[in-house]
Amino acid sequence: MEPQWAVSISPHIRQTQTTAGIMWTVSGSLIPVLLLSIYNFGLRSLFITLSSVISCVVVEAICQRALGRPISVKDGSAVLTGILLAFVIPPGVPYWLPIIGAVAAIFINKQLMGGLGFNVWNPALVGRALLTAAFPVYMTAAWIPSREVSHVPILNYIWGGLDGVSTATPLYVLRHYGMEALTKQFGDLPVIYTNFLLGFKPGCIGETSAVLILLGGLFLMARGIITWPIPVSTLASVAVISWVFGGETWLSGPVLVHLLSGGVILGAFYMATDYVTSPSLKTAQIIFGIGVGGLTMLIRLKGGYPEGVCYAILLMNCLTPALNEWFRPERFAPPKQAPVAAAK
Amino acid sequence: MAGLTFSKGGVHPEEHKELTERLAIEEMPPPAQVALPLSMHFGAIAQPVVKKKQEVQEGEVIAVVEKGLGAPIHSSVTGTVKTVEPRPHPTMVRCDAIIIDRDPAAAPRKYERENWTTLSREQLLARVKDAGIVGLGGAGFPTAVKLSPPPTAKMDLLILNGAECEPYLTTDHRIMLEHPEQVVEGAKIMVKILGIKKGVIGVELNKPDAINALQKALKVSDGHDEGEIAVQGVQVKYPQGSEKQLIYSLTKRSVPGGGLPFDVGVIVQNISTTVAVYEAVTMNKPLYEKVMTVSGRAIKRPANIKVKVGTVLSDVVEYLGGVSDDLLKIVSGGPMMGFAMSSMDVPVVKTTSGVLFLNSKETSIGPYGPCIHCGWCLQACPMGLAPKEIGIYVEAGKGHLTERFGIMECFECGCCAYVCPAKRPLVQFCRLAKIGVKRGS
Ligand code: SF4
Ligand code: SF4
Repeated sequence: MEPQWAVSISPHIRQTQTTAGIMWTVSGSLIPVLLLSIYNFGLRSLFITLSSVISCVVVEAICQRALGRPISVKDGSAVLTGILLAFVIPPGVPYWLPIIGAVAAIFINKQLMGGLGFNVWNPALVGRALLTAAFPVYMTAAWIPSREVSHVPILNYIWGGLDGVSTATPLYVLRHYGMEALTKQFGDLPVIYTNFLLGFKPGCIGETSAVLILLGGLFLMARGIITWPIPVSTLASVAVISWVFGGETWLSGPVLVHLLSGGVILGAFYMATDYVTSPSLKTAQIIFGIGVGGLTMLIRLKGGYPEGVCYAILLMNCLTPALNEWFRPERFAPPKQAPVAAAK
Repeated sequence: MAGLTFSKGGVHPEEHKELTERLAIEEMPPPAQVALPLSMHFGAIAQPVVKKKQEVQEGEVIAVVEKGLGAPIHSSVTGTVKTVEPRPHPTMVRCDAIIIDRDPAAAPRKYERENWTTLSREQLLARVKDAGIVGLGGAGFPTAVKLSPPPTAKMDLLILNGAECEPYLTTDHRIMLEHPEQVVEGAKIMVKILGIKKGVIGVELNKPDAINALQKALKVSDGHDEGEIAVQGVQVKYPQGSEKQLIYSLTKRSVPGGGLPFDVGVIVQNISTTVAVYEAVTMNKPLYEKVMTVSGRAIKRPANIKVKVGTVLSDVVEYLGGVSDDLLKIVSGGPMMGFAMSSMDVPVVKTTSGVLFLNSKETSIGPYGPCIHCGWCLQACPMGLAPKEIGIYVEAGKGHLTERFGIMECFECGCCAYVCPAKRPLVQFCRLAKIGVKRGS
């Protein structure tokens, strides 16, 4: 008999990029950041990241199994969530902590809502928010001084860290003791800027090196995976607000300190751009980015936490469905309106 | 040079035209048997006017449409009617077809050139109608009907669609290159039928040789002046050859949803159709042959061939040396909007512009994933619709609520599905959504 050929609906050709391709590319673009973090804070960075990635993948697989869905961990989305979750927790926390974050990120936030594509909030940030609420001491104090600053002994480099707990982050110092204390602890402004840009400062595992995150983000833009509106509008609004309201007097705020500390850069390029939880069209994306930047600065300057990126993004995530509804693509040629309606 | 283009969306699939764009059109010897489906046009199914065992001549009318829209069908060979029976069809699943055994001794029919410039508009139109010409680039809308817009429409421009934006296909390219004078003359005939002054041939800029050839032909033909015809290059971008997009590219007029080109004073004709009009009017030759591209990496010898309508695909394959083992999909038409066919018993019909034999590297059939909201489909849709929402609604059983996303303007160009990284069958979803909207539930 004549063989029967495959029948499917057009189009019969597809461009090559896939969901898994995107997830793995984004994950890959974060490897330099991780390497620097290992250099900076010791192998703890690696182990915590591994713990986070493995728990995210395992939680995803267990959930899918239990819910009777196909197991899709190969698409890389759980791996990416794992990496991002690790990147927003301090390096000094115990190794089991990410497991709890993974349950929040993947089980509660993603799989219970319907799986990939149906979550309202950014999974990694949900994980972080839950950990911050449940383990405030670890999440706000388990900092490790950067290697460049303290030159820790080698053993400490591999296993240690918990004795570094007392080191405060630049944002904490700035918020509670002001600019003078900041320069006292981290050096003069030029030194601060260089170290912050390169990433030699205490902070979360993957948030410290502005330059490497920026390069990763530019790489993703060049690959067409993310676009400029969200990162640019986020960074711009942080810059403007910190300049206008961030100083002792108006128009004198430490713009670069705000841009380069905490999770602003990582948030702008990797968290706020998450497809599922951010709006799809340019205008909506710009509004979203301004909202993220604005809320971040509101929390930093007026709120109870020194850092606000995580909550700012989670709050804006809630608005994403509405932004998507308000901003629909402009139709090329809609039907002619009835004359009555057109006259109005 | 960027060139004129439409305002929204569009994609740049790999062209693959190098497989056939340099190959001259060759005539395939007529097969021993042809199968002429009774539906090769938009409208009512034709009724046979021949009986079993009846002898028919090449070019003789064998089926007509008495009432409603349609076009007559002519025998493509001289021979004997064997039977009328259901056969596979490229776009419908099955359709009755007249099967004719060719008389191997019969000589091919010859046509003489006639002077047409003395004919009236009505006489010209009658020739187009009697020749059974339909829109050869798409759905097969009867050309004579299209050339008679309502008297209320203020027509001022004829557009010839030489964009050929579908990957692989090089049919129109070769026709414009090898027979530019026929294209130009066909355009002049249609301009006369429409009673207008202007025509423009839109050609994608990846065919500079065709643009050149047409320009030369236009210079030569400047003698008997029936109106101004011009050639205009347009940007290489899919779906440049879609009616609404091409009209916008060339005139910046946009045809409103639910409207037709004549609402903005324009009529669009395909290149092959134009040549068919030329043959019908200047030689009284009905439409029963078709130039088409046979391409893809799973056919042994890709080619541009002129075949008798009704030639069964397996004969074409045999003529071109067979297919390779990794053949995965057979597509009638271009890869973006064509139909996949499940067997090689399908005959070539009037609207077949190409047949592609794609291997597993060129095409794929695989599972799809959930929407990750990347928004790429929103950027790609040339109509400015929201394919991602439409897909999600259809999956949730709410396809009938998608009218607000403009679903009825979707012309299934496939741009959205082409870019989707989750490989979602968005065109399929759009079709289901339209059915839902029409049904209202
Ligand atoms: S198939 Fe329809 S929805 Fe998809 S891009 Fe084309 S017109 Fe838009
Ligand atoms: S391209 Fe596919 S995955 Fe992306 S938004 Fe559209 S439907 Fe969703």
